[in-house]
Amino acid sequence: MSVRRLAPKELQPASFAFREETLAFAKQQIAKYPEGRQASACIAILWRVQEDNEGWVSEAAIRAVADLLDMPYIRVLEVVTFYTMFQLSPVGKKAHVQVCGTTPCMLRGAGDLIEVCKHRIHHEPGHVSEDGDFSWEEVECLGACVNAPMVMIWKDTYEDLTKDSFNKVLDGFASGNLPKPGPQIDRHNAAPVGGPRVLTNGGQPGTAAGPSAPKEPVLADAEPKKQTEAANFQERPAPKPPADDATKKGNM
Amino acid sequence: MLDDKDRIFRNLYGLDDWGLDGARRRGAWDGTKTIIEKGRDWIINEMKASGLRGRGGAGFPTGMKWSFMPKESTDGRPSYLVVNADESEPGTCKDREIMRHDPHLLVEGCLLASFAMGAHACYIYVRGEFIREREHLQAAVDQAYEAKLIGKDNVHGWPFDLYVAHGAGAYICGEETALLESLEGKKGQPRLKPPFPANVGLFGCPTTVNNVESIAVAPDILRRGAAWFASIGRPNNVGTKLYGISGHVNTPCVVEEAMGIPFRELIDKHGGGIRGGWDNLLAIIPGGASCPLIPAHDCADLIMDFDGTRAVKSSFGTAGVIVMDKSTDVIAAIARISYFFKHESCGQCTPCREGTGWMWRVLTRMIEGRAHKREIDILLDVTTRVEGHTICALGDAAAWPVQGLIRAFRPEIERRIDEFTRKATLDDQGILDPAHMIAAE
Repeated sequence: MSVRRLAPKELQPASFAFREETLAFAKQQIAKYPEGRQASACIAILWRVQEDNEGWVSEAAIRAVADLLDMPYIRVLEVVTFYTMFQLSPVGKKAHVQVCGTTPCMLRGAGDLIEVCKHRIHHEPGHVSEDGDFSWEEVECLGACVNAPMVMIWKDTYEDLTKDSFNKVLDGFASGNLPKPGPQIDRHNAAPVGGPRVLTNGGQPGTAAGPSAPKEPVLADAEPKKQTEAANFQERPAPKPPADDATKKGNM
Repeated sequence: MLDDKDRIFRNLYGLDDWGLDGARRRGAWDGTKTIIEKGRDWIINEMKASGLRGRGGAGFPTGMKWSFMPKESTDGRPSYLVVNADESEPGTCKDREIMRHDPHLLVEGCLLASFAMGAHACYIYVRGEFIREREHLQAAVDQAYEAKLIGKDNVHGWPFDLYVAHGAGAYICGEETALLESLEGKKGQPRLKPPFPANVGLFGCPTTVNNVESIAVAPDILRRGAAWFASIGRPNNVGTKLYGISGHVNTPCVVEEAMGIPFRELIDKHGGGIRGGWDNLLAIIPGGASCPLIPAHDCADLIMDFDGTRAVKSSFGTAGVIVMDKSTDVIAAIARISYFFKHESCGQCTPCREGTGWMWRVLTRMIEGRAHKREIDILLDVTTRVEGHTICALGDAAAWPVQGLIRAFRPEIERRIDEFTRKATLDDQGILDPAHMIAAE
């Protein structure tokens, strides 16, 4: 298991205040679960809080979330320290790079990417670079093994990297000219290099849109989003939760 | 090779619209109402007859799992369907493609499965790292609500709500009871079983937890008939399956293929062959990091399904094949997997919490050969003391790769120890001093 501690006192801000939008989002999340089960929304709300708080979760924020959800502080602290995507200390302003270092990526050269991070950002993971713009860490499998090696920056994955293309991605973040997410070589998502060998008619029985002319998906999101743009921005007011909950009636 | 018309995921590579219109064009949501009108028992029997085995790794028959749910709620507790989209096993990246490119198959599957088990609500638990995938899925759910395909009063006549929830980076939440804990807003630490989730699951209510792929293939099975699905593959290992091919192949990819495809055909046709030719193959991990590796000499005639991989003392897992060629430092590769399990152990059971770290430290020494030969047996012994002595299967999953390594590559480990000892000079003490060895851990 990974031992994770909160950032030292001198880094912790004194207070935390929810943004209007975050409170509305929290309400939406709580509505997904049966009455009295508002704790279930904890992870989603903490996630949004991390986005609002420059990419990390402070102690004050943990207390605020606990108060909001009517949970003991220790329960929220447990959650924040257990789930490794919650950053417990400040991260780079322009990019926090998560390099996947697990075996499938390692086999295809994740070591090179880690070298780049060590030279360009900081020789140790979990530290912010001198200019405060970048930070990096090695993470466990990010789930894009067929596009190895890959990194995740904010919400997007940059796949099929080499030393050079990874440097270009980082250059993009440094100059504010964000690179296009996804494979950094001539390849479409998880299809093999050189185009799909199956489903060559684009999945349409009878139509002839070959692999050479990939249709742009109607709902495309090829543009990278800024960190502060919420991941769940498409969520609309959630429908009402299931009416009943066993434990409420003392059936347990 | 599987015919294109037999494929279920026809937008696997995202070349077409993943929204509702595209999904409808590809056949999703077609005749859903007719299926529901046939009734719960018909659906469960059809799923049983199709022979579909859970796609999350354990391979438990899906239809049977659904039939464990209470027929009627006798005590007022609602039933839940929970979909496990916490795909975090190294080597596995199939559910990602379903969620971002064919999410409507999953949404439709959720409706049908929930109906079959009498659930009016379903939660899909997506791993924290899949942010874009979650957005696509949520958008698909919203579209389905808008088109009244799901919701309180939908066109199918079965009141049904679907919620997308997510985690924040914990592999253990892919274990079904840990997932339920996480959904309740706690640390993802697995629960003791029994009681099983079908009795006491989410919020204390009857719950079935299914993998994304198991649910997403259900609508097509019910539309095309169990016989169609059961006709693909070998008995007991039927249907189509998403394979992920990663590691040292020329063209890594995700592909839908028939169960029981020969390994060599899979690699040559879809993976573009092993890097440097077939003879350059060293070993493979057939189904995600927790499966014991299979050395090259067992790969030549390997059949990729549950029974085929079991025949060579491994397991099928999720069919995420990791290929290693002869340039691989196989001990380092397995040590990295050990580190993964050490990192992801939830810390609840002592054998796993302490054992995963111990195994990783010993393997790390073995990479350079800084070990005693007798430690190989000690390591093997420790794996058996972790395996089967923990609440969930993470302990087993951490032990199997190490066992597989020792089974297949013991001579290599010994060779490195010999090499290291031979190179050691007199002032390099520690080689023969066990006390120093322990301190070096």
